[in-house]
Amino acid sequence: MEAGPRSFESMFGSNQVSTKTSFEEDWRTSEHMTGTSIMATVFKDGVVIGADSRTTTGSYIANRTTDKLTQVADNVYCCRSGSAADTQAIADYVRWYLNLHSLETEEQAEVKVAANLFHKICYANKNFLLAGIIVAGVDSVNGGSVYSIPLGGSLIKEPFSIGGSGSSYIYGYCDSHYKEGMTKEEALHFVRNALALAMSRDGSSGGVIRTVVITKDGTERSMVPGDKVPRFYEGQ
Amino acid sequence: MASIGTGYDLSSTTYSPDGRIFQVEYAHKAVENSGTAIALRVKDGVVFAVEKIVVSKMLEPTSNRRIHTVDSHIGMAISGLVADGRQLVNRGRSEATQYRDFYGIPITGKVLAERISNFIQVYTLYGVVRPFGCAVLVGCVDKKGPQLYMVDPSGSCYGYYGCAIGKGTRAAKTELEKLDLANMTAREAVKQAARIIYSVHDDVKDKSFVLELSWVCEETKNLHQFVPDELKAAAEEEAKAAKDREESGGD
Repeated sequence: MEAGPRSFESMFGSNQVSTKTSFEEDWRTSEHMTGTSIMATVFKDGVVIGADSRTTTGSYIANRTTDKLTQVADNVYCCRSGSAADTQAIADYVRWYLNLHSLETEEQAEVKVAANLFHKICYANKNFLLAGIIVAGVDSVNGGSVYSIPLGGSLIKEPFSIGGSGSSYIYGYCDSHYKEGMTKEEALHFVRNALALAMSRDGSSGGVIRTVVITKDGTERSMVPGDKVPRFYEGQ
Repeated sequence: MASIGTGYDLSSTTYSPDGRIFQVEYAHKAVENSGTAIALRVKDGVVFAVEKIVVSKMLEPTSNRRIHTVDSHIGMAISGLVADGRQLVNRGRSEATQYRDFYGIPITGKVLAERISNFIQVYTLYGVVRPFGCAVLVGCVDKKGPQLYMVDPSGSCYGYYGCAIGKGTRAAKTELEKLDLANMTAREAVKQAARIIYSVHDDVKDKSFVLELSWVCEETKNLHQFVPDELKAAAEEEAKAAKDREESGGD
């Protein structure tokens, strides 16, 4: 997500006389965006979620080791894409409401509840927010679940979900390589390969691949450093 | 009435020297003078039965309901001032639909009962309002199975396997304790509930009554509904027969 039209005009040349300087330093004026490639998938024992680690302000990489996988409850994580500030604020609200809810019910929160809270906030404030969120987790009622909440604030439950600017490049890969009932290793392999492909094609995604495996026994964080990210066709 | 406040009973904001709030205790009296309501939590559901005392033969039997549906899977039975009870039902409905909208899942019995009890308790704090003159039985089947709670005018909330409120409480509780509720089915519980209401009804003091019966169980797919006519008729017949046997046996 970068400043659009202005830079295109200066790139292709324009007949108009622009009153603005042609090199508008967008990194001085743009807000932090998680350009992003994020995804989450259900597997046999739970869910695996993954993300790249690039945060941009315009074309400057403000943070190349970002953690876009945010915990909102012991058993529920969310993947954040869009405005870093917006998604952090929303996740903080959801964490607060989920905590209060757990105290009242005296139980671990269901993933569905977390997803609904994200959805309510994103929809009610749709005109002010730029947030594409994937909610994933494990609970005793429904097992592993993945919910996608794209820009308008709609809520959809899916076996796997991809998001962020980098996701456009991996729809084909994901549709063809997703399998129901994967093992943990298969699921991690699927997520890492898909994100590697997205990161290699999308300028707003890159850095390291972060993953979290969530099962009923807990969560397991992992990272693939930049030099170990899987490489595919990169030209002859 | 043995306990008279004498000066400490004029307002909910006054404690008596022995730590009682008399206005709340008087609210309990309103419940004790009203028709009995009982509920049974059994293996596969919860059954409600209410002794709706009718003051006039002109009254349409299904009007002035004492049992209400609060959310698809939750029922509430009232004893005491019925109009007060209706406020609680409305509050319960609000809480349930708002919860469903906010959290995306149906409210559980425990959470609803606690919300209602917190609501009732607020009215025992201030002198400008009076405490609710009713007690309610809240029963449901949720993800944790069948549950039953009773909330009284002080706002105390307890979970029960079998509970009675209203004038026949003592006699009904004795009857309920004799039953093996954990192993009973809802169908059987309907018959037992009807029998107990008929047996605690005082023919001398109260003229006639209408029996209200409802259930939420596996058979109703966990929806709170009034018991179907044939089952209700069969239960009432057995209950009347049991009462006749009891009376003639005593002679």
